[in-house]
Order: sequence, then C-alpha cells, then structure tokens
Amino acid sequence: MTYDDTTAAKLTKEAAAIMARYPVRRSGLLPMLHLVQSVDGHVSPDGIQFCAQQLGLTSAEVSAVATFYTQYKRRPNGEYQVGVCTNTLCAVMGGDEIWRRLSERIGIGHDETNEDGTITLERLECNAACDYAPVVMVNWEFFDNMTPEKALQLVDDILAGKQVKPSRGADTVASFKDVSRVLAGFSDGRADEDQGAGVATLAGLNASKDAASKNASKGEPESVKAGARAAAKPATTAARGKK
Amino acid sequence: MTELTPVLSATWGLERSWNFDTYCANGGYEGAAKAMKMAPGDIIQAVKDSGLRGRGGAGFPTGMKWGFLPADDGGPRYLVVNADESEPGTCKDIPTMMNAPHTLIEGVVITSFAIGCHHAFIYVRGEVVHVLRRVMKAVEEAYDNGWLGKNIQGTGFDLEVTVHSGAGAYICGEETALLDSLEGLRGQPRLKPPFPAVAGLYARPTVVNNVESIASVPPIIAKGVEWFTSMGTEKSKGMGFFSLSGHVKRPGQYEAPLGITLRELLEMAGGMREGHELKFWTPGGSSTPIFTKDHLDVPLDYESVGAAGSMLGTRALQIFDETTCIVRAVERWTEFYKHESCGKCTPCREGTYWLELILRRLEAGQGTRADIQQLLDTCDSILGRAFCALGDGAVSPVASSVKLFREEYERHVDEAGCPFDHAKSALFAYSTSADSLTGARSLTSAEEAHA
Repeated sequence: MTYDDTTAAKLTKEAAAIMARYPVRRSGLLPMLHLVQSVDGHVSPDGIQFCAQQLGLTSAEVSAVATFYTQYKRRPNGEYQVGVCTNTLCAVMGGDEIWRRLSERIGIGHDETNEDGTITLERLECNAACDYAPVVMVNWEFFDNMTPEKALQLVDDILAGKQVKPSRGADTVASFKDVSRVLAGFSDGRADEDQGAGVATLAGLNASKDAASKNASKGEPESVKAGARAAAKPATTAARGKK
Repeated sequence: MTELTPVLSATWGLERSWNFDTYCANGGYEGAAKAMKMAPGDIIQAVKDSGLRGRGGAGFPTGMKWGFLPADDGGPRYLVVNADESEPGTCKDIPTMMNAPHTLIEGVVITSFAIGCHHAFIYVRGEVVHVLRRVMKAVEEAYDNGWLGKNIQGTGFDLEVTVHSGAGAYICGEETALLDSLEGLRGQPRLKPPFPAVAGLYARPTVVNNVESIASVPPIIAKGVEWFTSMGTEKSKGMGFFSLSGHVKRPGQYEAPLGITLRELLEMAGGMREGHELKFWTPGGSSTPIFTKDHLDVPLDYESVGAAGSMLGTRALQIFDETTCIVRAVERWTEFYKHESCGKCTPCREGTYWLELILRRLEAGQGTRADIQQLLDTCDSILGRAFCALGDGAVSPVASSVKLFREEYERHVDEAGCPFDHAKSALFAYSTSADSLTGARSLTSAEEAHA
C-alpha cells in the first residue's frame, strides 16, 4: 500500500469507528468504501487493499462488492459528479435534451470525466425528486426544475471554479471527496443549511390550507371527516410558521 | 370530494422543521412517550388493529409483519428501516426524511420497543447527501435528548440506531437484498423462506419496514387507532402520500386518505398542464401496470387498484399527457430495469436485456410487428419466474402498454419511426434536433461495457 503514515493512521482510526457501529464488522464495508473514496476520489487498488486488511477479507471479495454498486468509481472521479436524470419521467419532461446539451458543452459522455478532472458526467437513474422534474444532481445535491439554460449555467459555473448552490440542500455543493466522507457516516455539520422545503414538497400542504380557509369562509361543512379535522389544524400551524 | 389529510407532512415548511425542538413543539415524541407506558404486545395489537399496511409498495400489513417474529430466545432481534427509495416516480420518503426526520426516528423508537429490538438500522440510499445529513443529525439529537441510547426516558429500555448509506443499487430496496447489502455483501436478494422475521440480518429475527410505514406509527399511537381507521376505505385504512409528477400544473406530495381518486388529486394539483389532456399514468411507480384516463375514478386503495388490474405500489403517480410517446416511455423504464437487474437469476437478467433491445429497435422505427409479440412472449418468460419482484416489476409497463396502446406500437413499425415530436413533451421549448428525431440513441462505449 502506498498511503503515507499519517493518512494510513487516520484511515485506520476511522475504519475502526465505522466497524464499531455494527455488531458484525463486515457490515462496515460499504461505508469503508465511501471512506477510501473520500481520500482517493475513487475506489483505488490501495483502497481495496485497505478495506480487505481491516475486515480480514481478500481483495477479490472487496472488489466483488465495490463493482456491484454504481456510486463506487473505478477510475479517478471528477471533483463534481454531475448527473442528469434520464429515467422516463425526467427524460420526457426535458431531461434528454438537457443531457444532450450538457454532454455537448463539456464534450464527454456517460461515466466520463473531462480532462482537468472537474466534472464526471452521468446519466442518472430516478433520484426520488420526480415532482421537481427535470432533475440534475451535483455531488448528490438536488438541482430542481432544470432547463437547458440553467443546467448549462450550472456546469459553466463549475468549470469556472465558482461555488454552486443546490435548490434543496446545503448552501454550497461540497466536493465529491467531502460528500463521500458524509456517505461514510462522518458528519460535516451542515444539516441545518437549508434552501427551503421546495414548492412541490409543500404543494399538498398548501392545497389543504386553501381548502380549509375556503371551508371556514363557507361555515363548517355538514360532515367533516375526522381525518380532515386532523389536517386542518397542522395546516394552519404551518401557515403561521411561514410568516 | 375527499379532503387532504396532512399528518406526516403537517410540520413541513415550518422554520427548521427538521430539528428536534420544532418537532417536539408540534407534538413530537408524544406517541413514543405513550408507547413506552404500554405493554409491547399492546403496541403490536394497536398497529394490527389500525390496519396499517406497508407503504413501501408491497402493502403487507405492518402489525402482522411484526407479529411474525418468533418468541424471544434471548438473542438479538433487529429493526431495519428501508430508506432506499428509488422506484421510478417515488419521491415521498426523501422529503419526509429531509423535512421531518424525527417522525422516522420516533417510529423507530416505538417499533423497536414493541418488537424488543435494541439495535435498529436505517438504510438510506446513497444518492441524497443532504437527506443523510438530516437523518444523521436527527439521530444525534435523539441521543442527546434521551430518546436513544441507554435507559431511554428512564424506562430501562436501550436502543442504538445506526444510519447506513447505500451506494447506488435499486435492488437494495428489495428487503432481503437490502439485508445482504447491510451485511457488507453485493445486494442480491435471498431465497425466501426463511423470511427476515425468522432469519434476517445476521440470520436473526428482523423486521424490515419502509420509512413511511414506520413514520405512520407515532400518530397511530398518539392519536389512537380509531383516528387512523376513520381515514381510508374499509380495507385500506389511514392516510398516505400520493406523489404527483409529470404533466400536471402543481406536482408534489399530497397526503390524503387511501381511496382518493386521481380525478380528485388532479383537481387539487390544478389539473393537467394548460391545453393538454391525460394520456397514461402509473398508480404506484413504474413497476405497476399503467392506467389511462379510463381509470381516473378508480379509488386509490389496495383493493380497487388491484381489481382494476394494477397495484397501489408506492402511490407514485407519474402523469403523462398526449404528447408523450408510450414506446419511448416504456423503453426508458426498461433500460432502468436492465441496468438495475442484479444478475442473480436468468429470467430477469436476460429478459430485461432483450426487452430493452427490442423496445429500442421499435422506438427507432427498425422494429417489426413480430417484435411486439416477442415483447409479450419475453414478458411471459419473466413474470412469475424471476427470483424477486424486480423481474415482475419490469414486465408491468411493457405488458400493460402493449395491451392499452398496441396501435401506437404498430405505428412505430408501419411508419418506420417514432410518430411523436419529443420536444412537445418537454417543459421548455427547444427544436428537436436530427439525432433525437430518429429516436434511438446509439450506445456509448461505457454503456456497452455496462450492458
């Protein structure tokens, strides 16, 4: 292994902390792979060797796991992982065109990294933000309701070395390595950073609030279901909270 | 007209809604406080009586799942929360954990207490870092405030919670694949039986539940079984998230009693986008057979959706208007299943591979009418023959779309191309370039390697 002594000592200490979270240490393999990725920017041969040593596995056993999961990168990854959702819903809503334009602008295809190692581009599977389609993810932060123009500006900013701000998430997008560290279970203390819950997230709550105020102006309807009564109260609480 | 019932989403949008203090100021942990004065068996009975069914897609009764755990043998038993939300169209657990992670943590406390678990795990999908931050922080806050750790609230009950991040594999949403993944293995499903209740995590009795299922437990305990059963239909009780996405004016999370219809939901969401009409939709994610405007009045509960030929699934309503090409939509879903098939069983691994190739050929206008029949034949080779539900899910959009839109498939053959202008489906204007007009894109070398 080629980790210097300081790095090796730090990694060993953190690997021990990971294994201590589980009754069986092998459960620590996935977070440990995220951890080596946070140091090397991908799952390197050294990283595989390191995990194997910590867990008493062979490097073949570790590789077998690492190659199963798409978030573990086998080649040095860009500092920013830019993913365009091209699953059906996002693709239809414009994700395909966004993908085409970004790929053209950066000059790379799926799972490729640009020359200076700033961006790795990816065709993303559904990332559970369909109510904000089309969606782009940068280092696993949400960029909602994208258009080609907004997406091109986003990658232009990244290429120009500017900080970028997600639609929902932290105040800035952390580097691929820093995010990998969070995925390994080490807090970066940024949970309270916030850009608001998002319009779609609150759409039902707001619709319920509107219905409640309409009912109030009409007087109490004849039969309000128990469920609806339960709904009206928190909805007004939410309205107060927003002021 | 059914009314919305925000329960889990009630506090979203409040200032720092994700924090312990905000949660407690709005009735948080009252359910847990009440539960810890109850006998564990009574909690399980209450959840059984509530009729709560799994909100992760399969709809198995939650209380019954807990009841399957064998009698205490003195060894450990585990609760594992499936927070690996990744079924296409599904986007409810992510906002829940982002905006109110304590609803989940409180549910974990109550459930663990009920089933006698002292170490619970939350398996969060790895591709949502801010959600992970919020869940990790909520767990920390729960420890700091005596809701996790040793001797919780002076009751003598101990509970550790480990937050675990996945690494990008849809199949890990399948409960036994999730358990293998949590054990540090490739996430491939296990043969059942034994079910996780008997031999789950580390071969010990284990309950695996979806985020929304677990988060529904605190209000059931706090507000009572009757409150919960007053919502919903005779057999599908309570409220749930209906996640509207696609060509609707106000997509988003609508928490409503089970049994609401798409017609009602669409009205709440402002209708279809201006000047367009509904063509097809999924009632519960891409793994559920598609519906059309003929199904606008189907009550969205387990029984009615099943009787109409689909599944309630995750209540992920992906809505498409008349500009959308069905072949293009289904081809893309199938590409997803092919990519996410774990490779363990032949029907799914090979079947999804061929389905995708045939669909791509059809969309590109290079298919034949025999290809359409071949799609159905290949579906027959997968359905009921795959190792887990992924294979069956992959068949759903293909078989249902051929049944409902066979003519459109045939037009792709007869006109030797896709008859739709894809640009018209997008939310922004662009001119369809030559390469996207011909439909099929060619594989990049990386994708070839992936295939």
